[in-house]
Order: sequence, then structure tokens, then C-alpha cells
Amino acid sequence: MNELRRSFLKLTGGATALAVVTMAGLLKTGQALAAWNKAGFESKAVADVLKSLGATDAAESKDIVITAPDIAENGAVVPIAVTSRIPNTQQISVVAEKNPFPLAATFDVGGGGEGYVSTRIKMGQTSNVWAVVKAGGKYYVAKKEVKITVGGCG
Amino acid sequence: MSITRREFLQMLALAAAYGAPLGGNRARAAAAASNLYDLPKAGGNVTFLHFTDCHAQLLPVYFREPDVNIGLHAARGRPPHLVGEALLKHFRIAPGSALAHAYTHIDFEHAARTYGKVGGFAHLAALVKRVRAQRRGALLLDGGDTWQGSATSLWTRGQDMIDASKLLGVDIMTGHWEFTYGAARVQEVIAKDFAGRIEFLAQNVKTLDFGDPVFKSHVIREMNGVPVAIIGQAFPYTPIANPRHFVPEWTFGVQEEALQKVVEETRKKGVQAVVLLSHNGMDVDLKLASRVSGIDAILGGHTHDAVPEPVAVRNRGGTTLVTNAGSNGKFLAVLDLDVRGGGVKGHRYRLLPVFSNLIEPDAEMADTIRRMRAPYERKLSEKLAVTEGLLYRRGNFTGTIDQMILDALMEVKGAEMAFSPGFRWGTTILPGEPITVEHVMDQTAVTYPHTTVTAMTGEAIKNILEDVCDNLFNPDPYYQQGGDMVRVGGMRYRVDPTRKIGGRISGMTLNGKPIEPGRTYKVASWAPVAEGASGEPVWEVVARYLRSKKVLRPVTPNRPALTGVTGNPGLSG
Repeated sequence: MNELRRSFLKLTGGATALAVVTMAGLLKTGQALAAWNKAGFESKAVADVLKSLGATDAAESKDIVITAPDIAENGAVVPIAVTSRIPNTQQISVVAEKNPFPLAATFDVGGGGEGYVSTRIKMGQTSNVWAVVKAGGKYYVAKKEVKITVGGCG
Repeated sequence: MSITRREFLQMLALAAAYGAPLGGNRARAAAAASNLYDLPKAGGNVTFLHFTDCHAQLLPVYFREPDVNIGLHAARGRPPHLVGEALLKHFRIAPGSALAHAYTHIDFEHAARTYGKVGGFAHLAALVKRVRAQRRGALLLDGGDTWQGSATSLWTRGQDMIDASKLLGVDIMTGHWEFTYGAARVQEVIAKDFAGRIEFLAQNVKTLDFGDPVFKSHVIREMNGVPVAIIGQAFPYTPIANPRHFVPEWTFGVQEEALQKVVEETRKKGVQAVVLLSHNGMDVDLKLASRVSGIDAILGGHTHDAVPEPVAVRNRGGTTLVTNAGSNGKFLAVLDLDVRGGGVKGHRYRLLPVFSNLIEPDAEMADTIRRMRAPYERKLSEKLAVTEGLLYRRGNFTGTIDQMILDALMEVKGAEMAFSPGFRWGTTILPGEPITVEHVMDQTAVTYPHTTVTAMTGEAIKNILEDVCDNLFNPDPYYQQGGDMVRVGGMRYRVDPTRKIGGRISGMTLNGKPIEPGRTYKVASWAPVAEGASGEPVWEVVARYLRSKKVLRPVTPNRPALTGVTGNPGLSG
């Protein structure tokens, strides 16, 4: 099965495959762009990011799980997944605390959608990664440290 | 000048018969050593034999355990962070005994001459056969780092070890340094050599694109009517600690959640015991055991800790035993599990040192090793110099053999400073022994052996030291990589392991002058992880250096001044 999937993608080429998916209406890029948080993405500090999201009083939540490497294998593409088990999750943002522009991504979760997103972000140094979740009109947050190291020595 | 097995046994007999020609404690301890391998009847119906991190040592070697293995925070003063007398006291091992020699660095040279070499696959094979004869159906697990660490393994791309593992009767293995031969080589061996013989397991290696499993995560085997699951865990930080380009399409990591799922899946299938064959390193395993439930035992490696007894860790599902079985073929662990009524009711664990003088080598394995080595024997046995001092590597900060490599790098490359990786493998050489090509390869045989000379700023040097030091002393084991501190030649420094990254390293000086952050320094180094690196292999640099010396005077390792850890039981003397 998996080999079949890989062969299919090799055959069509990643970009083509994505175009097919987009045309089929599975990814609505226009919708995401409509909610562009300009101030947030241009903020240089976490406090400003939170302000732009309206999340300055976000409460720590154990119902948010961040799946990310403890030590990044490649700082240029760090895989981050966020699962929110909070009912009525509406939005999930990924924030890398020490990045020059900390807000890496914001996802709007459609009505009734599963609170799960997965992305890859670039990180230049060891930092906490925050998941900021909007659910039922309130904000919640969880953090996980991702270490960026020079490597070597085993 | 080590004594033979026969002489040793005769001495023991004399000691027993006439009271203490070896000295009180010594005689008792030696007598106990002769009984080492008279294992009591199996303590249960399921047995796992485990060795790990043999680093391709087919022949008996000397291996000195560390005198510095500092544990901090929750790990302070607890296994595996105990050395020397603190270790003996904790595990109630008689000072001066064979076991004391096996588990500690104490009085190493003298004890090594008394008890002789350790390990060797022919001796290991004989011991495995002996234990298997007593414990029917026992499975032999290899924790990995088997294909790397010697000249012959490097020159045959692991083939000598692959063949020896099959002959030894390894049932299941996982890996780490195996991956430094490249993804294709690992997959070739599994598909061809291992097919139907050895299972290679790693639940925590996935493809980068879709997260598909690369290897089988587990196998279920029946032992004396008891179904048991063995799950494999490869070294989680392989693409970070070793060059990423050897496994460009794979991702590793601890992967707790995936592991928990595998445990539950096997439990649903009715297994009555679950064992994790792990290359996490002991500190990572101890944390893992507290967070993942349903595993009865973690048979661990990577950090090369020779821990005589398992550590029992409580978690929400019950208790998980965590072990670590040393390195270099020096130990064979025997774990008996008493499985009744669907679960593990009791256990017995022995970490047996493989004293080569006390075990009659297995003839078939000895012969196979001889044949495999024959084409290389002449090259391997070239004597480069004679050492006047004890040469060893293990320890958090320095070793005399690393100092030799650093001195060689600085002298041959004309550098004012040198770095050498904090590897934990590498054998020990006694004073008066010749240093052969084989010895040098034991310390350097990697697939990325290039030496480099780099102009580095004082600031960059400080950052590297801080970074590596954090991989060793981060309070959270999941942020540690299980190696030791980078060895530093030329420059002096101070380290306070108890501080946070950025604050541990201070007092950096070169020839008595403070290192300036903005000035550049000429630094020689080896084993670069970057793709496309080039440079003379380090073993050639070291060989050239030794040939020019003929006699290597005792070297003093450049140990940094330590602060904040006075009285730490992981620090000897």
C-alpha cells in the first residue's frame, strides 16, 4: 500500500499531485488567506504574537499535545504536529519562541473539524515551541522545548 | 604478562586450600570468580541473553570503565552514575574482587594483569552455549553497535561481524553505528544475510515523507509455551550524533507514543511479557520507563554502562526493569523471567563479565575469526610505538588515548588546538604494550574519519563546547545524546556541569592567555558530520605521529577544572 502511494507520487510529481488535490477542493487556500494575521506574522516577540491573536490570557492546557522532536534532526525543517482535544477547537497557531518572527503558522479549523494540524517550521536555535489554541472563544496554550544542536559525537 | 586460565584456577585452588596466598579479601574474591559461571538454575521459564555495544571486538581486549560519569539532579548518585568505590558500595561488591575489576576502573593496570583480557566472540560464544544448555529456548538479543569499532569491521563494511553474529546465534538486534554504513547497506544485510536468521527491529525509525515504518517494530516468540514480545528501539539521535547524509530519508527520535501503541498491540495479541531491546542510553531508558507502561524490561545499551543490577522504575501500569549491559563484548547479561498466570511474577538478573582466561573459547568461532582476520593480520599487527603509560578513553571529559590523538593532530597538522569526539568505544592498552595499527583503528574506525583544520573564533569555540556539554548534562535525559564531552587539546577551561547551557564553560585559556571571542584560532579536528567533508583519515595522522615517537611517554589528559560537582558519586577521588 505505502509503496503504491510512493510510486504514485513519484509518477505524478509532488507538485502535480498537490494541484490535483487543491482543484478537487480539499484544500481551500483562499479561505486560509482571508484570515491572514499581518500583525502577528510580523511580530518579533511572543508577547506581540499573543496580543495579535487576542490570546494574552491563554491558560496552560494538558489537552493540547505537541508532537515534535526533542532534538531536531534538521533545524531547517522541524516537523511539528499539534493535537487539541479541547471541545470546539477553532484555531491552532504554532509559535517558535526564539525565532526572529515567532509566529510560524495559524490554522483555522472548520466547524466540527478535528483539532489536529501538522507542519514543518524552520528553527535557528533551541527554543520552546508554543501551540496556541482557540476553542469555544477562549485561548489555551501548551509548550515543548525543541533543541537545535551542532551534532557530532556518538 | 597475564596468567593463563589453568594458572588462574591453580592459584584459586591453592588459595582455597592453604588460606590466603593472594591476601584475605583477594583470595575470597578470586574463589568467587571461579564460580562466576556456575549459574543457579533458571529463575523462571523465560530467559533473555543480552549483549550490547561490542563495537566489533572479535578478540579479547582490555577495557577500563570510567572514573568520571557524573549524574546530576534526579540522576545524581544513582545508577548508572556511580564510579569506583561508590559503585562497589552501592552494589555490595567486594573491593579487590574480579567483579570489582570488571565494573570499575580501580587499580586498573594491576587488576588487568591479574585477571587478564575480557570479551572476545569465541569466549562469548562458549558462554552463550553454556547458558543456553541450562536455559532452553533462551533468546539472544544484541543491542547494536556491533558492526563498527574495529579495522576489520570497517574494511569489510561490517561483514565480519555480520557473519560472527550469525554464528553466535543472535536472534534479534537493533542498531546505531550500523547506520553509518548507509541505509542501503543496512537494508542489504537485513534482506540477504539476516533473512530467516536475525530479526533487525526498530520501532522508532520512519520514512521522512510519510512516516512509514522502515523496519519491523517487534516480533512475538514463544518460549517454553509463553508468548513474549520483543520490541526494538534504535538510537534515537542517529542523524544528529552521526552524519545525517548516511540516512537522508529516515527520521528517528524516541517516539514514545508509537512505542506505547506497539506495546498495547502486542498485549492485545496475548503476549505475557514485553521486552524492549533499546539503544536509547540508560538515562533515556529510565525516563522512558516512567512514561510508557506495559513493558516488563528494557534491555539497554548505548551509554556503555556496566550496571550490575536492573533499576526498577514505577509507572502507571506497574514496574519496568531497566538494565545496561556495558560494552566491548565484556559482559553477557542473563535475565530470567518467571511468567505465570499471564504476567511476569519475578525475575533474576546477572551481568556476567566475560573473563577470557576463565572460559575455554568456542573452537568453531575461534577458527572463523582466525580465517576472517588472516588477510589483514600483517597490516593489523604493525607496531607503531610502545606506550609507557596506560591508554584508555572512557570518562566524561578526557582519556589518555584521546590525549594521544589530540597531541598527534596538533603536532602533525600544526594546529594550536584540537578537538576529538567524545566517543565511548575504544579499547585500553596497558603500559609496556606495543601500540599496533589495530589499536589505533580500535579508536578511530569510522566511515567519516577525515581530519580538518579550521580557523575558528573564540566565540565559536565556546559555543561548541557549550552545545556538546549540554548534550551530556541537560537535566532532561531526552535532550542528552549519550556521548561524552568533546576532548580538547591545547586549550584549558573550567566547567560547571550543574549550570544551564551558555553558563557551564568558563576560564578558557591558551598558553596561559584568555581566549578572545573575536580572535581566530587554528583548530584541528576529525569525524566531521557535514556531507562532502574531506581530509586525511585520522588513523594515518596518528600512525605517522606514533612512528615518529617510537616510545610514547605517559600522557597527562587535559581534564578541565570541574566546579559544582565536588563529592559527586560519579566522580572518583
